Amino acid sequence: MHEMAICESILGILKDQAAKQQFSRVQRVCLEIGPLSGVEIDALRFGFDVVMKDSLAEGAVLEIDETQAQAWCMPCGGTVPLKQRFDPCPNCGSHQLQVTAGEEMRIKELEVD
Amino acid sequence: MIQLEQDILSKNNGYASENRRHFADHGILALNLVSSPGSGKTSLLVRTIQEIGGDLACNVIEGDQQTSADAERIRETGAPAIQINTGKGCHLDAHMVGHAVEHLSPADGGVLFIENVGNLVCPASFDLGEAHKVAILSVTEGEDKPLKYPDMFAASDLVLVNKTDLLPHLDFDIEAAIANARKVNPAIRVLKVSARTGEGMGAWIAWIKAARAMALAGHETLKAGE
Ligand SMILES: Nc1nc2c(ncn2[C@@H]2O[C@H](COP(=O)(O)OP(=O)(O)O)[C@@H](O)[C@H]2O)c(=O)[nH]1
Ligand SMILES: [Mg+2]
Ligand SMILES: [Zn+2]
Repeated sequence: MHEMAICESILGILKDQAAKQQFSRVQRVCLEIGPLSGVEIDALRFGFDVVMKDSLAEGAVLEIDETQAQAWCMPCGGTVPLKQRFDPCPNCGSHQLQVTAGEEMRIKELEVD
Repeated sequence: MIQLEQDILSKNNGYASENRRHFADHGILALNLVSSPGSGKTSLLVRTIQEIGGDLACNVIEGDQQTSADAERIRETGAPAIQINTGKGCHLDAHMVGHAVEHLSPADGGVLFIENVGNLVCPASFDLGEAHKVAILSVTEGEDKPLKYPDMFAASDLVLVNKTDLLPHLDFDIEAAIANARKVNPAIRVLKVSARTGEGMGAWIAWIKAARAMALAGHETLKAGE
């Protein structure tokens, strides 16, 4: 259950930003999470509410933008979509794939006051 | 609205970069050992340190949720070891490791083994500043582990398939396990070992020495192969 640790990292960033950018409340947090990031969205939502309790982001809305995973297929010489890490290339069946997108775990933007 | 575009684990990654710089400055090869609980990380470390003997200075950071039993098992070999208890935490993070390195002050030019908390999920996301993650998969676990925990096998450069002494008693298909690991990570290296009988330890130690030579390549004062 590292989603708790991830939520604590988010709270750490919110506090740093609050000091830097002079705000005291966070109303909305927008994240970008890739399907290969190892994050379970449901667990993250649950952990978010627990960790943000009694903080500057208590009750904040959590918006999650789930990105698509992609890989570079060496035999095809092109970018292909990927659902899971161990899936073969949908065009040629090869496993010679290099993940190029889908590992994102980012805070995109905040709504604050 | 504030645009951030900041990696959620940026703080951990910052500490990991500091650790990595420290290891580079001191010519230390840091290896992050990851596996399920009971795969044999501590047993393998004990045997590895014994077989490396005086060839290389070995230091160990032991991560467990509770108890310091594993650090004591390591110290019996004569190698310095420090225990980190993570309590409820299911993985080591780079900040904890940085503190442990300060206390342990591992020898320049040596190997620092970091035994992570037994868990195939969370440690995949937390960079500690290591040169390589080494996954340990024991033959009692089932050949589909690499598909069930793909992030860990994608993040590792080497898999040690441990407890090969038990193979005659099991229907574990070792080649299928290796094929599954390669589906997730085509570049992953695989070595078959037994911490019990010592089978395969020579190849594992050769891998460590080669990785250490890489860690020392271009180092100003410490030279590889000495
Ligand atoms: N048969 C056999 N048992 C092993 C081997 N390596 C470890 N074990 C046993 O597996 C159990 C867990 O080992 P341990 O090193 O504590 O695993 P860790 O939790 O990954 O550190 C212990 O009972 C060990 O004796 C091996 O190569 N063969
Ligand atoms: Mg152990
Ligand atoms: Zn292809």
